[in-house]
Amino acid sequence: MAMTKEERTAKLRELEQKIASKKGIGALYGLVKGMSVTMRTMLKPAITTQYPHVKPDLPERTRGVIALKEENCTVCMLCSRECPDWCIYIDSHKDVMPPKTPGARARTRNVLDRFAIDYALCMYCGICVDVCPFDALFWSPHFEYSTDDLSTLTHEMDTLAKWMDFVPPPPPLEDGAEDPSQEGAAADSATPAAGTTEAAETQAPPAREERHDEEPPQIDQEAYDAAIAQGKPDREARALAKKAWILKRRKAQS
Amino acid sequence: MIFYHFFSNPWAVFALKLAAVFIFFLTAPLFLGYVEHKGLAHMQSRLGPMEAGKFHGWAQLIADGVKFIQKEDIVPDAADRRIFMLAPMIVIIPVSLVFLVIPFGPAAVSCHAPAGAGACGFWGENFDVGIFFVLAISAISVIGMLMAGWASANKFSLIGAIRGAAQLIAYELPLVLAASAVAMQAGTLSLVGIGDAQKAYWFVFPQIARFIIFVIASLAELSRPPFDMPIADSEIIFGHMTEYTGIRFGLFLLSEYAGIVSLSAIAVVLYLGAWHGFFVPWIPGPIWTLAKIGALSFLVIWLRATYPRLREDQLQKMAWKYLIPIALVNILLTMIFKVVF
Repeated sequence: MAMTKEERTAKLRELEQKIASKKGIGALYGLVKGMSVTMRTMLKPAITTQYPHVKPDLPERTRGVIALKEENCTVCMLCSRECPDWCIYIDSHKDVMPPKTPGARARTRNVLDRFAIDYALCMYCGICVDVCPFDALFWSPHFEYSTDDLSTLTHEMDTLAKWMDFVPPPPPLEDGAEDPSQEGAAADSATPAAGTTEAAETQAPPAREERHDEEPPQIDQEAYDAAIAQGKPDREARALAKKAWILKRRKAQS
Repeated sequence: MIFYHFFSNPWAVFALKLAAVFIFFLTAPLFLGYVEHKGLAHMQSRLGPMEAGKFHGWAQLIADGVKFIQKEDIVPDAADRRIFMLAPMIVIIPVSLVFLVIPFGPAAVSCHAPAGAGACGFWGENFDVGIFFVLAISAISVIGMLMAGWASANKFSLIGAIRGAAQLIAYELPLVLAASAVAMQAGTLSLVGIGDAQKAYWFVFPQIARFIIFVIASLAELSRPPFDMPIADSEIIFGHMTEYTGIRFGLFLLSEYAGIVSLSAIAVVLYLGAWHGFFVPWIPGPIWTLAKIGALSFLVIWLRATYPRLREDQLQKMAWKYLIPIALVNILLTMIFKVVF
């Protein structure tokens, strides 16, 4: 009667248990078994990979570093506020854009000036990636950015943007799933509003260098002094002064 | 004729033997150390050294040696300076002297030594009391160990040294008893004579229990895992070597590996038929001896990779309650067999 492989191994294990539980022989058996384990491990190939010579075979979505998709960032600051280490540095200014339709109110927009992550502080918790409502932060599988200098571990947005190249495209949607809302919105704005040059501007945000053609708003000293004289707190006075300065510039432009 | 004159000059022969022993003493531990690095690593599913010397890290031990020489030789303020600096040499000299009497091959067929035929062969010196010399001189190392432990002025060093001394006293006894039975069976104390006596059969076969006792006692004597309580790094840092740096620490390490080679060599001569081979008699005797020493040294490494360290009291219990009584019974049996047959 032939035994199946499972039956045979079960029987062997039973026998093994019987021998191992005997008092004198069991100890000896344990010693011999230990020797056999080390010998078998030696004869098997080692699991170590020779890293710098051989690249590790990592999963596609390895969490190596956090990359920034710059055009998606709205400077909402959620990431830097949620960061437990406070290792995200964001600088921005408000940009005033011409109104969408003639005669309407001018639009303002946050422009990202600096986005930096200090990887010497970062603990790779990924909260910033989770919390970003605009899909501006991604886990990138890139991991080879070690240096011998702590200060060079603060990476600015050009580097963070380069790491986006390593991010694999999002997985395909399930069958019957709705179109992603943002993609639909992008399609809406892509239809040019009849004849206006402003519409072309909303289609694609200008490159970062071009956005700096307008100087950032400054504080109108007169308005500031007036607000202070009225007994307003400093913060409010500064905001009013900025507003006054923008209105003045707009008047000068038109 | 030139060779004849050269070898008939006792001083030239003396210098040559000394050089050969010294070179073996320096290279064999290096080789063994590399085997341990790699063997131990692979037994733990690692690779071990891979970079030094490009090919599988073959130059790692040489690099280590260079590092030891370069390092600062620190002597602690509170240390007994002269004793502290002397200790590594006291440890290493007995180990090196053991190689002087290990026979690696049979006696030469023709011999021009004044002592006559049978006086020369693959050994440094053929003492009539070879086995006694070996066991006596290898026990001197513990004095160096005690010196190191005491002179370091460090409690861990002292504990390590005392443990080492206690271990040596406990395990020297089974070691000597095990070895003496072999001398009894062979009818000689000379290592060459014991080697010759194993022409018919290796002494390991009638003396298997004693061989096991000898190996266990050797491990304990060398303070190798699982008997490494004197240097138990998780308890007492590094025992008597805690305060040592640089080349003096290197000497301690060298003596450890040389000790493995020397005790393996003694075990091979006493039990594993010395230079006598099997199946392939055309392989010369010295190769056989070296191969057996290598195999036994590998066993030492293998044991290190497998077993955890014993507790100090378990170690003492094992020697006094098991090994010494078994060795004594064994010696009695050997005596009876020797008289009856």
